Amino acid sequence: MAVLTKARSAAVPAAPVKVRTRDGWWAAFFLAPQVAALLAFLLAPLVIAVALAFVQWDGLTEIRWAGLGNFAAQLTSPEFLRAVWNTVKLGLITVPVGLGLAVAIAVGLNSLKGRAANVYRVVYFTPVVTSSVAVALIWQVILASDENGVLNTSLKRWLGVTGPDWLGDPGWVIVAVAIVTIWSSLGLNVVIFLAGLQTIPPQLLEAARIDGAGPWRAFRSVTLPLLSPTVFFSTVVAVISSFQAFDQIYVLVNPEHNEGARTIVYEVWRLGFKEFELGMSSAAALILLVLTLLATLAQFAAQKRLVHYDT
Amino acid sequence: MRRGQIALHGMLAAGGLLMLFPFVWMLLTSFKGVRQMINDPMAWLPDPWVPQNYPEALGKMPFGLAYWNSFYVAVLTVGLTLLTSAMAAYAFARIRFRGSGALFLLFLVTQMVPVQVTIVPLYLVLARLGWVDSHLALIVPAIANPFAVFLLRQFIRAVPLELEEAAKLDGAGRLRIFWSIVLPAIRPGLGALGIIVFLTSWNSFFFPMIFLTSEELFTVPLLLQRFASERGAIDYGLILAASAISVIPTLIAFLIGQKRIINSLAASGLGGR
Repeated sequence: MAVLTKARSAAVPAAPVKVRTRDGWWAAFFLAPQVAALLAFLLAPLVIAVALAFVQWDGLTEIRWAGLGNFAAQLTSPEFLRAVWNTVKLGLITVPVGLGLAVAIAVGLNSLKGRAANVYRVVYFTPVVTSSVAVALIWQVILASDENGVLNTSLKRWLGVTGPDWLGDPGWVIVAVAIVTIWSSLGLNVVIFLAGLQTIPPQLLEAARIDGAGPWRAFRSVTLPLLSPTVFFSTVVAVISSFQAFDQIYVLVNPEHNEGARTIVYEVWRLGFKEFELGMSSAAALILLVLTLLATLAQFAAQKRLVHYDT
Repeated sequence: MRRGQIALHGMLAAGGLLMLFPFVWMLLTSFKGVRQMINDPMAWLPDPWVPQNYPEALGKMPFGLAYWNSFYVAVLTVGLTLLTSAMAAYAFARIRFRGSGALFLLFLVTQMVPVQVTIVPLYLVLARLGWVDSHLALIVPAIANPFAVFLLRQFIRAVPLELEEAAKLDGAGRLRIFWSIVLPAIRPGLGALGIIVFLTSWNSFFFPMIFLTSEELFTVPLLLQRFASERGAIDYGLILAASAISVIPTLIAFLIGQKRIINSLAASGLGGR
């Protein structure tokens, strides 16, 4: 049996075996549902989005060619540029702070003795499974600027500091959103880093200790390089998801009343579903896609210098 | 060393309290009456305890119905996603066919396009199909899941070929092999994926908000958001009681299955949307 399999798999890479038509039919059968769904609900909408970005259309009346007009209008519109800046600002806070905290907590959990680590893991993970709407409503009460805002009232009572109007002040609202985002995604990053840390052989840290490295030195020279592929992957995912921020902000702040909370996705949604400017909305959506791809490519370029791959 | 461990526990416990505080505050505030919220909003404990917030929230909004909607939408989404993505994964992992590489690349590329980018055209497609304001809009588009195909393909590739060869010698066809050999062999993968897809569907807000308009179709997150926005920022006790109603069952389910849930999301949640 094993011999047969081995012989078969050895023969595979050699010459492209002629495809038997029966196999083709079977492949079509097994692939059909996913491919149909992919074409209808991911690919066709993407093609339509590209087409819509070059026309002017409200969904009802005549479609008119707009050329690059939609892109030009968006890229020069102060509203859209502000949305881009708000989105970038959110990413600039949540990605480094969120991932930095997650690494610190994961390293702490990894060096705990006994079974306590699992209790912490559950505690830190709880917000991850909680619906973003409920999370936003709870934090709305905590961050409220009136007497009910437990955060500001505590700041005042214990530190004598007057806290900002977290959800009302356009200058602060992204910070508030970042706090909530970090709180709700921290647990996921912690367990991902924890899984990464557990693949690091303890002998390496032991060797570093014998060579006289303190805990900080061991972290910098052994743990961090070996964890860097995980950190890199999490960074890419975190940047992408910060570009897609919408749900929590929409419930937490109501961006309609606070321009500081309008992100790119909010603009896509507003232009499409409130203003019925389908062309403008699609242009904004494609700019979002390009920005996402550029940010991802930039990170892949940076990884060559920063990420250590064990060979 | 000993002292180091105690300091570590101290820091992690402090962080843990910060993580749990919002939930505790939600529960405590949900028992506070309007009068206390005005007179003494900072009190830790409700005085008096006002359990009426719960029946009132339940009476004003059809939470029972929303629970049923969320539940069956999530279950159908999970079932259909697992079946179709396992089928596609099997084709990619085990059947040699022309264009396999190109098709796989197409899956890879489309996975990188965020749903927010295609939401307007998707609305047009679903409107054409007559699925707007129906649960079909939540279930069927969610089936297209390249990430699920990648994940299960990895699991299928790890199934020993000998198992399938033996079944083939016994005269089993492709369907039999897929159903009775491959699917049982990748049960851990299906379980992990099922948890991810269920949670994503259960907590989803963006799609229900865009596609549903009839209240009797609302899922829990959408109903909760409407309930809160109609009430304004006055009756925090009532709003947080409604939040607690929507969150507590999820938290109980999480505590029961915590180990599997956390491991599923840690191992493969990175690509989950």
